[in-house]
Amino acid sequence: MNKKVSYRDAINQALHQEMERDNSIFIYGIDVADHKRIFGSTAGLMEKFGPKRVFSTPLSEEALLGFGLGAAICGLRPINVHMRVDFLLLAINQLVNMVASYRYGSDGKLQVPLVIRAIIGKGWGQSYQHSKSLQSFFAHIPGLKVVMPTTPADAKGLLISAIRDNNPVVVLEHRMLYDVEDEVPIEPIPTTIGKGQILKTGKDITIVATSYSAVEAIKASEVLEKQGISVEVVDPRSIFPLDEELIIKSVEKTRNLIIADYDWIFCGFSAELATRIYDKLSHKLKSQITRLGFAHTHCPSCRPLENEFYTDAIKLIRAVEQKLKLAKMDLSQETFYSYENKFRGPF
Amino acid sequence: MNRKKLILNLYKKVYLIRTAEELIIKHYDNNEMKTPMHMSMGEEAIVSGVYTALGQNSLTFGTYRSHGLYLAATEETDKFFAEMLGKVTGVLKGKGGSMHLLSPNDGLLGISAVVGSTIPLAVGAAFAGVYLKKKQIVTVFFGDGAVDEGVFWESLNIACLKRLPVLFVCEDNGFAVHNPPILRRGYKNLVNIIKQYYISVFEKETTDAEQIYNLTLQAINSIKKDHMPAFLHLKYYRYLEHVGVHEDFNAGYRNKKEFIGWQKKDPVKLLRGKLKRIKVSDIEILKLEKRIDKQVNESFQKAIDAPFPDSYELLKNTFYE
Ligand SMILES: Cc1ncc(C[n+]2csc(CCOP(=O)(O)OP(=O)(O)O)c2C)c(N)n1
Repeated sequence: MNKKVSYRDAINQALHQEMERDNSIFIYGIDVADHKRIFGSTAGLMEKFGPKRVFSTPLSEEALLGFGLGAAICGLRPINVHMRVDFLLLAINQLVNMVASYRYGSDGKLQVPLVIRAIIGKGWGQSYQHSKSLQSFFAHIPGLKVVMPTTPADAKGLLISAIRDNNPVVVLEHRMLYDVEDEVPIEPIPTTIGKGQILKTGKDITIVATSYSAVEAIKASEVLEKQGISVEVVDPRSIFPLDEELIIKSVEKTRNLIIADYDWIFCGFSAELATRIYDKLSHKLKSQITRLGFAHTHCPSCRPLENEFYTDAIKLIRAVEQKLKLAKMDLSQETFYSYENKFRGPF
Repeated sequence: MNRKKLILNLYKKVYLIRTAEELIIKHYDNNEMKTPMHMSMGEEAIVSGVYTALGQNSLTFGTYRSHGLYLAATEETDKFFAEMLGKVTGVLKGKGGSMHLLSPNDGLLGISAVVGSTIPLAVGAAFAGVYLKKKQIVTVFFGDGAVDEGVFWESLNIACLKRLPVLFVCEDNGFAVHNPPILRRGYKNLVNIIKQYYISVFEKETTDAEQIYNLTLQAINSIKKDHMPAFLHLKYYRYLEHVGVHEDFNAGYRNKKEFIGWQKKDPVKLLRGKLKRIKVSDIEILKLEKRIDKQVNESFQKAIDAPFPDSYELLKNTFYE
């Protein structure tokens, strides 16, 4: 049974249901138990599970991640929350030197069932210290799993899987997706980590798009459809482990690939994926792989420059036109998403 | 524990640590133990005294200056030497080396080669103990240099805020690598600052493991009685260079005269003298020492004879599968 709920409420449901199921789960971080409750995603948890299992913390990101690691190897299942991924950077020593290697460094005697929820910001002047995503960086580190839910159902399902996983999992939620509503299973049904999803089937070109880029890719595909171009949109959902098979299958079919990663391009996930596709399918590709992502600079605050920084549906449409050697469409009659009119997505 | 038994136990630990490290010193320059060693020589009384006082059911974290803590916790040397030699029979099957020893079965849950990094783990482990109603004290050893790290203060703050059963043990050898506190600290007195937190503070300068044992018991009692963490500040003298097995008195940053002063109250010699004073016979002492010498030598030989790990070990345990 499904019900239409927002991404925010889907996260909230996952937390309620999992914490009810397993007493060893606790959730903590700046704002977790304050009245704003991590943009509403931790609402009601304090009331239901009490301050022992749900608490706000001092501003000590490094120690608090180490604290989670210590608790995880001693039998608990911590969920550490960061209102912005940018703040998690203060805990990089713990994440990279400790959390990621702890199981390896115990010869498999200890396990680290630890979830790190971190939110990606965008728009309304977030600027360059409230808007990073960093999945490529996290996925670079052996020992970490990295997921990026795009749809409300995955926001719930991937979080459930992350909580049940005995490995550390970084869950990157997108703030702009919080209000998106879609059908979500009422029951706690995990989304397998390492399985991607076809968000839209098509036959002319594949766009692999992560997190919010998938929203733009869907929009682009809808516009292109009017021109008779059929775009397949693949959401990897999990950066590591990666569902290579699903992407390969799609590209085998369309023989054209754009990777629209929600991150910087250089040394990023898009480079990783492009290499993997070239390794397997170079002889089958009809065009070079195109990679789109953040401009190689810091995210600017003002809207006109911010528009330049990100890849949006229009840029995707132009990229498809170029690849497929189509005439430039007139987009003046199209309406595109904008946070100013509060995102109500297709999911 | 009666006093004789206690001192025998302590002696067993300090003697084992000293003997194992002497063997390392003898062989290190042969270049077979290819792992950076931060030797414990000089701190034997601290790890032995504290560990003995902790008793069963407690958890511990430490640092890369790990030999003393590991041997005090486990009293085993087979896996220890095998790890130094990178052999498959080692603590981590040769993947960790000297800076990554642990023994979860003995409550030693980890050490780290990155200064200060296990301190917050101890706080989280203590939180888990309270959460799971385990009545467990978690001890973390660290050097005076670790106190310069922000994570120390963050962790101290969280432990005190949540009144967690953590025993912080600062093993103060007066140097972070080669730098004394006067070159590193913009404040006058560490212990005075710590005293501002919700924590009980104990300090001592002694090489007597029995005194450290007793002080640790006091600290443990305060944790239980006052429901807040405790901080033990213990001074010692590092006999050898920061990393490696040689003396470094000609490097110019410290004076050998100081060392000679500390050597007079050497923790191993001091306990041996105590054993005699409480009328443990020479024969009994020698028997104990011989047994440990034999253990250490046999372990070393076994480790030499053991194979290196197979290549499939490389990826194993990167993830829980
Ligand atoms: C975060 C970090 N910075 C620097 C180093 C290099 N380093 C290794 S030991 C050490 C000094 C630590 O001094 P202290 O905490 O007093 O411990 P001791 O070595 O005296 O036992 C330093 C700076 C490190 N391992 N980790």
